[in-house]
Amino acid sequence: MTAISEGNVTASGQTASKGPLIYRQSIWTRVTHWIWAICLFFLLLTGLQIFNAHPALYIGQQSGFEFKNSILEIGAFNSDIGPRGRTTIFGQSFDTTGVLGVSGTADRPSFTAFPGAVTIPSYRDLGTGRVVHFFFGWIFVATLFIWFLASFINGHIRRDILPGPKDIKGVPRDVVDHATLRFKHSRTYGPLQKLAYFAVFFVLFPLIIATGLTMSPGMNAAAPWMLDLFGGRQTARTIHFITMLLLVTFFIVHIIMVVAAGPFNELRSMITGWYRASPGTPRVKGDKP
Amino acid sequence: MKGIITRRNFLRSSAVAGSGLILAGCDQFDFLGQRDNGVRKVMEQANVLTYQVQRRLVGAQALAREYSPSEIRQGQRPNGSTDPTTPEYMFLRQQNFANYKLTVKGMVEREVSLSLDELRNMPARSQITRHDCVEGWSCIAKWTGTQLGPILDMAGVKSTARFCVYHCYDNIQKTLAGDILYYTSSDLIDAYHPQTILSYGLNDQVLPVANGAPIRLRIERALGYKQPKYLHTIELVDDLSPFGLGKGGYWEDTGYDWYGGI
Repeated sequence: MTAISEGNVTASGQTASKGPLIYRQSIWTRVTHWIWAICLFFLLLTGLQIFNAHPALYIGQQSGFEFKNSILEIGAFNSDIGPRGRTTIFGQSFDTTGVLGVSGTADRPSFTAFPGAVTIPSYRDLGTGRVVHFFFGWIFVATLFIWFLASFINGHIRRDILPGPKDIKGVPRDVVDHATLRFKHSRTYGPLQKLAYFAVFFVLFPLIIATGLTMSPGMNAAAPWMLDLFGGRQTARTIHFITMLLLVTFFIVHIIMVVAAGPFNELRSMITGWYRASPGTPRVKGDKP
Repeated sequence: MKGIITRRNFLRSSAVAGSGLILAGCDQFDFLGQRDNGVRKVMEQANVLTYQVQRRLVGAQALAREYSPSEIRQGQRPNGSTDPTTPEYMFLRQQNFANYKLTVKGMVEREVSLSLDELRNMPARSQITRHDCVEGWSCIAKWTGTQLGPILDMAGVKSTARFCVYHCYDNIQKTLAGDILYYTSSDLIDAYHPQTILSYGLNDQVLPVANGAPIRLRIERALGYKQPKYLHTIELVDDLSPFGLGKGGYWEDTGYDWYGGI
């Protein structure tokens, strides 16, 4: 990207209420973004399929069948009024009939932890879930590698992702802006945006890959230190699951922000790269009116 | 004014975004479960890639982690077949496996047949390892047995052999056409791995029937379905297609990955 310099400001006949159209997202950002969108969709839905094969999470190296080390259990039990779904988190049980444990209709109940509507395939098929999960897992990792390389070279990481002292100081102001739905559309990302994407790229994505690998007995032989790093095979599985929840949370907030900040402009920038900046944004060479 | 979100715009945009999410929760990807689907076949290549990468990354001799005795906090959870009902097995069991023989055949210089006593009299190895089921659970137990590698050397594996096929006594599935017997297979790297043992002991006891008596193979760098129970014959081959549905194992025939190291 061209550096902002006063000499490049173009005099255009645009009204002051319209900011310049800037080229904000490189082809690398846009392509990797959409590949990830597809990958995470399939990884999530096949991941829930895999989880359904044994819907419990534990802490440590092994699952406790004769001792207690589970933090989450989703199951079904019989009651006077028919089968009910039950979810137990840290010893606290909740009736989750219809959503978790038991779903479907009363005459055709489905006894899976997560309902078929959020798994691939919709029926119970661990083998297929694993095939699809690992296929997209490889693509996800390859895409992340390409993104890191491209974004390091083209300055995207330095410019938009790594939060600087200025960004940290700007957080309170940005929180207020977000709370009041006042969004600044500038050349670089805002403080909260930077922090969010930093967390995704430098924490959540590496964490979900590393914990996934820690579940592989083959990888355990190659890198036994990973078992110690994540506190055991079952803890790694638990962290993998929690990281998934955080990524789903990110996705929901991401979609809300796109809608709130102007979905047309945001989508255009992620498809064509061109982004309408806020009025008053200094123009540089290469901007469109 | 542009850039200001009216409530109507917000609701309209939310509805569009929301409908996309609902579309996701359908069964339009169920075709991926069809074993002969072209898209699935492409996706299955990821497992071949995983196998090749791990074989390059993990040294042939690299060991699976072994744990301390204090980590054995429960019995080894049995899974799959736990009480085989084939006449051959029930007859052997009745005699406390006195007439049991493990056979190594196929692409070998000489067929080898060993009784349970002969196996027990060979050098023993004990290892406390973690059993990872493909379903997601894990269990730590102590396995005692004799290494498979030296037995393969006794038989003299021919240079053209590529795989070991492990044939088992248990009828894991009963169909109208007859019983389907459990089998699985591995490459020779896993077969010769120092922790690959023909186990006859579990947690310092004789291996129980539920866990695969009299002999259960342990391939410690792979998932549970690569640890065949009720083993009776090891066949050296260069091609897996003549067995079962040709995928290299009972669970592999139903769609699980052959390598099983992930």
